[in-house]
Formats: sequence, C-alpha cells, structure tokens
Amino acid sequence: MNNLLVANSVSKNFGDFRALNEVSIAVPKGSIFGLLGPNGAGKTTLIRIINQITMPDSGEVLLDGLHLKPENVRDIGYLPEERGLYKTMKVGEQALYLAQLKGLSKQEAKDRLKYWFDKMDIGDWWNKKIQELSKGQAQKVQFIVTVLHKPKLLIFDEPFSGFDPINASLIKDEILQLRDEGATVIFSTHRMESVEELCDHIALIHKSNKILDGKLTDIKRQFKTNTFEVGLQSTNPEEVTRLIEEKFEVFPATFKNLNNDIKLNVKLPQETSPNDLLSFLTSKAEIHHFVEVIPSVNDIFIQTVKNN
Amino acid sequence: MNHLPLIIKREYLNKVRNRSFIVMTFLSPIIMIALIAVVAYLSQVNNDKKRTISILDETGVVGEVFENTENTTYTLLNDTGLETAKELVKAKHDFGLLYIKKSPDTINLVETVNFYSDESPSVSIISSLERRIEKRLSDLKLQKEGVDIEQIKASKTTVDIAQETFNGEKTSKIDSYLKLAFGGAAGYLLFMFIIIYGNMIMRSVIEEKTSRIIEVIISSVKPIQLMLGKIIGTSLAGVTQFVIWIILGSVLLFVVSAIFGIDMSQVQTPQQEMINQAMASSNAQNVAQDLIVGFVNLPILNLCIAFLFFFIGGYLLYSSFYAAIGAAVDNETDTQQFMMPILMPLVLAIYVGVFTVIEDPHGTVSTIFSFIPLTSPVVMLMRIPFGVPIWQQLLSFGLLVVSFVFTVWFAAKIYRVGILMYGKKPTYKELFKWLKY
Repeated sequence: MNNLLVANSVSKNFGDFRALNEVSIAVPKGSIFGLLGPNGAGKTTLIRIINQITMPDSGEVLLDGLHLKPENVRDIGYLPEERGLYKTMKVGEQALYLAQLKGLSKQEAKDRLKYWFDKMDIGDWWNKKIQELSKGQAQKVQFIVTVLHKPKLLIFDEPFSGFDPINASLIKDEILQLRDEGATVIFSTHRMESVEELCDHIALIHKSNKILDGKLTDIKRQFKTNTFEVGLQSTNPEEVTRLIEEKFEVFPATFKNLNNDIKLNVKLPQETSPNDLLSFLTSKAEIHHFVEVIPSVNDIFIQTVKNN
Repeated sequence: MNHLPLIIKREYLNKVRNRSFIVMTFLSPIIMIALIAVVAYLSQVNNDKKRTISILDETGVVGEVFENTENTTYTLLNDTGLETAKELVKAKHDFGLLYIKKSPDTINLVETVNFYSDESPSVSIISSLERRIEKRLSDLKLQKEGVDIEQIKASKTTVDIAQETFNGEKTSKIDSYLKLAFGGAAGYLLFMFIIIYGNMIMRSVIEEKTSRIIEVIISSVKPIQLMLGKIIGTSLAGVTQFVIWIILGSVLLFVVSAIFGIDMSQVQTPQQEMINQAMASSNAQNVAQDLIVGFVNLPILNLCIAFLFFFIGGYLLYSSFYAAIGAAVDNETDTQQFMMPILMPLVLAIYVGVFTVIEDPHGTVSTIFSFIPLTSPVVMLMRIPFGVPIWQQLLSFGLLVVSFVFTVWFAAKIYRVGILMYGKKPTYKELFKWLKY
C-alpha cells in the first residue's frame, strides 16, 4: 500500500450543479501532492470531502486503504483557504481548544504547543487575543494549530497567503520538514512557482473533472516539445540564423547572458536527438548556451486548461 | 469522539467572560430597580399632591355631595357669576373650577357641566366628578318620584360565591388570579428567554462565519455537535444570567425599599388591581387564607415538571431556528427577513395566552394552540395552573418533541450548508434547496 489517500470516482452535486464528476486521485505516502485547478474547478469541494465536511454523492475515499470514518479527523490536519480564529479568544486558550477537538489531551496539547511556540518564536503571545495580532502573526498560530496533532495527512489550501517572504519561506521549510518526518501533504495553490518548488505529484481539476495527474517529472516529460534554447556567437549572425531556420522550426528566445548575438528556440522533430542539433550548430557558430526547454507548471496549467 | 462537553464549555466561558455580557448582567437589575423606584416614587408624589377644586353650583343641590378627600379639597362658591368665579379661581391658583349650569327644565335640573382649569385634568379626575354628579342627580330624581333612598341603600347586598370543584377542592377568585399569575409568569419568562438568548446564539453563529473559523472547526467536529454545543452553552450562560438577575434584583429591591421607604405596591399593574378588587370583595381575614389555599391548590408538582419540560422543549425548538438563521446569513442586518416567521408564532402565543387563556383556559382556541408545537410551550404553560388533563399535556409535549427533532434536523441541514456559504444573502428558495444537498 503505497498510497495514503485514494479517492475513487468521487462525484458531488449541488442542486443541478455538478461540482465533481467521477474524480479519482491517489496520493502517495510521504509525497507533496499538488491539487491544482482554476477558480471554481471543484478543488475545495474535493478537499472538503476528504475532510468529511461534505459527503460525496457517489464514489469512495480511502485513507490507508480503509474507508474514511469519523475518527479519521485525528489523522488529518486541514488549513482551509477561508480560515480564521476566534478574535476575542486568547491565543493559548484557543490553540488548546482546537487541539483538544482534534483528540489531544489537554496536557499533551500544552506540551506540544510550548514546543511549537518556542520554535516559531511566539512564546510571549500566549495571553494575547487574536485581534491584537497582525494577519501574518495570526496565520502562524493557525499553522501551528493545523499541524499540532501530528496528522498523517496535511491539507494546505493556499498556505502562504498573508505571509511575508521571510515567514513564507519559514512555513515552506516547516512543510518540507513535516514531509521528511513522514507526513503526506496535499497542497492546493494558485502560485505555480511554489508548486514547482514543493510538489512531487500533481493533479489538475478543471470544470469538475480531473484532466491531468501524475508525477511532476513524468508530466513534464510528457509535455516537453523537444525544444532547445541556444545562444550562439558568429561573425555573420544573419546567415547562421537563416541556415538554422532552413533546417529546423525556430522561435525567438529571450534569456539573459553576456554577449550572445543569436538567441533562438529550436524545436526538433520527435525522433531527432539533441546531438544532431549540436553537431549541426558546431560547424556554423560558437555555442555559448544550450539548454532543453522544460515546460513550467505554469505553462502546463495554462495549456491543459485551454485545451479542455 | 464526543466533543460536546468541550464545545459547551467554550461557548459558556466565552459568553460569560464577554465584557458586555458581564456589564449587562450586573447593570440590568440595577437599572430595572432604579426605574421601579422612580416610578413608585413619582406615583407616590403624584398621589400626595393636594388640589383644590372650586364648585360653582347654580342648582344649589348638587354641589353639596362633594366631600373633601385626602388629596382634594372642594370649595363651594356662592353668589358669583361664572366670569368672576373664573377670575377668583385663577387668582387662588386652584386646580380648577367646576361649573354646574342650572336647567330651566325641572326634571333634568342641570343643563351643562363645565370644568375650567389651567392644565387639562386626568381622565380619572373627570370621571370621578361625573360619577358623583350622575349619582346625585339620579338620587334626586328618585326622591322626586317618591322613592326612599335609604331603602334602596338598605336593599343593596353583596354576594361572594364560594367555589368548589366536585372533588371538594375549594377554589376562589383569588385562586384564579394566582393561577393566572403563575401561568403568565412562566409563559412570559419563556418568551423573553427565547428572544434574548436565541439572538445570542444567532450572533455567535454569525461570528464564527465572519471570523472564518468555521471550516477549521467542522473539519474536527460534526456541524450538528457544534450547533447543539452552541445552543446548550449559550443557554447555560443565559440561565446563569437569569439567576443573577433574580437574586440581585430581589436584594436590590429589598434594599431600596428599606432605605427609601418606598412602598413597591404603589406601582400597580392591571393584574394587581384585579387582585386588589378580588381581595376587597371578600372579607379581609379570608384573603390570606384564600391565598394559602389557592397556592396549595395549584398543581405545583405538575407545574414544575411541565415548566421544566415545556421550557426546555420550546426553547430548543426556537433556538435551533435561530442557529439556522445565523448560519444562513453573513451579517446581522441580513437576518431581518428570516426573523419575522420566528417572532410571529411567539407573539401569537403570547396573545392567545393573555387574551384567550384568561377568558377560558379550556376553550377550543386555547386548547388548539396548546397543541400546535410553535405556540404550545407558552400557551400550555399558561393553561397548566388551571388544571390540564395529563393526556393533553403528554400529547402536546409529544408533538413538541417530534417537531423539535424535525426542527433540529432541518436546522442542522441548513446550518451545515450555510456555514460554508459566503457572500450572498440566501432566499427561501435557496434554503429549501440546501435541504437536498
């Protein structure tokens, strides 16, 4: 059993609106799984189903190979996109309350909170009210509360919103550390650069259907177009460019470096090896830059959504 | 996993520690007592006010019936015209001038009666003047017809019907008033409780929505648990507040009346007046006895048990509605359209209780409304002191429980969907749709 969480053809209707249509995902143990999709695609509905906040109309969700049960709320830590805390409650009291709702004993919760508060350097907030904290500070408390009960599965919906770059990177490191300690993470965001940075697997949901999923490296391999970015120097750039254009499909390229005269994206036919291009180019000009163009998650996202 | 106690504890502590809750708890009885004291004081001052009314009586036979009372002195003016009398009364700063104009017609004797004054007199002053003049005139007429007034007076009798049920229980009018007081107090208490603490529940649900914590919470607990925890926690805070109000109120009342020597019975409500009348009609020494008998005759055990059950049942029924409304909207201003349907049956229940139950506690209207779940808690509580068959109470309570279960189910559905909906004010149609989600 390599998958911590499996959803099998989960569907959900709200009245006449079909929010999820036979969506299946498999989240491998110990991975960071990116759940992507445009606004209103159905991500939040799927996350809520995993959290047993809403029940699916059909389909099943398995955690560790077993059907989800009410007790499983202890195994899941959920940081929703629409999040907040009781404004008039004190930080410590509130964290204790939320931890106890997740099944921790009071003493256990206290000890762990002390550890986390020290770690995040917010120990002196215990008796402050949430409304006295800034938004970023409240988010820190919220993050601690989410991970405090050491859940097997962590679900973060836009975890970095409201954080400055320093705290965002602090939270990112915490997420990575939690993953290294054995937690599995489902990560939903619109920030593609953090998906690039963090995720091992992704699934893309669009208009209630899953339209793409798999290991990020596999998906990238699948989306690459055998295109190479080249930077050349020559005494006669026009002539060289003309020669390349005659033989290959060429697009203009933009990248920064010191003094290349010719900057091109060269798309090779499927079977052609990059070595063929290299040997063709060596005879024409001096090669300073040669890189395979790997599609970014951003490109994949936009391309896939547009094609559907 | 049962988190209910935890949620109840949080809700309770959160309410009780709230600053405005604390202020309200201790300030309300003080304000109330201060108000009562002021009213009592004022009505005392009002009663103490001495006034003089001058009477210009052209007939010469009517004016003499006005005897001085504690607060009012009557002076008869003789041998002056109306205008001079007016000047005179004005100069003396009397309260007013009563002018009785003689009629040429010997049968009617009086043509018109006028009252002149600086400030317009109260209705009670005028009607007391009218009563005396009418009485005097009809006496005079009777005398003219040759009827002996003394004989008529002697023929007046008072009857005090001693009431007894077939089972031999003695009842009395005082008894009825006592029952009315108990039933009314119970019904009104429930009404107040629902409105005050129902609103509090609603606000606390809205607060959870606006602070966006709701999704965090319901990823740990079932919405229905959260809803019930909220209702119970808030109700316990309400009971705490009520108890403090009652204790503080009675202590203050005692202290204030002791210090200022204000007789609180001066503040008379219509009910009290009725009781006073009832007391006046029976013999004074019997009153105390009647009161005790009446109290003992009340179905006390039944009353207490029924109060407990109908109070809890009725309160839970309504508060789950309040919770559902709170879940359906985003802010308090949007609640108005949903409040009407809740308040209507409550107000109706109070009306039925006050007007119909008093008139006929076992009549058709009272009986029917004491079965309809939305009005039954209030109406039944008002009826029970008059003795309601056990089967009716059980049936009514059964209906209440059934509808309570249904309401909680219904409210929980709306609650479950509503707490996750942001941004738009739902219509009734949408609420109905939510039931199917």
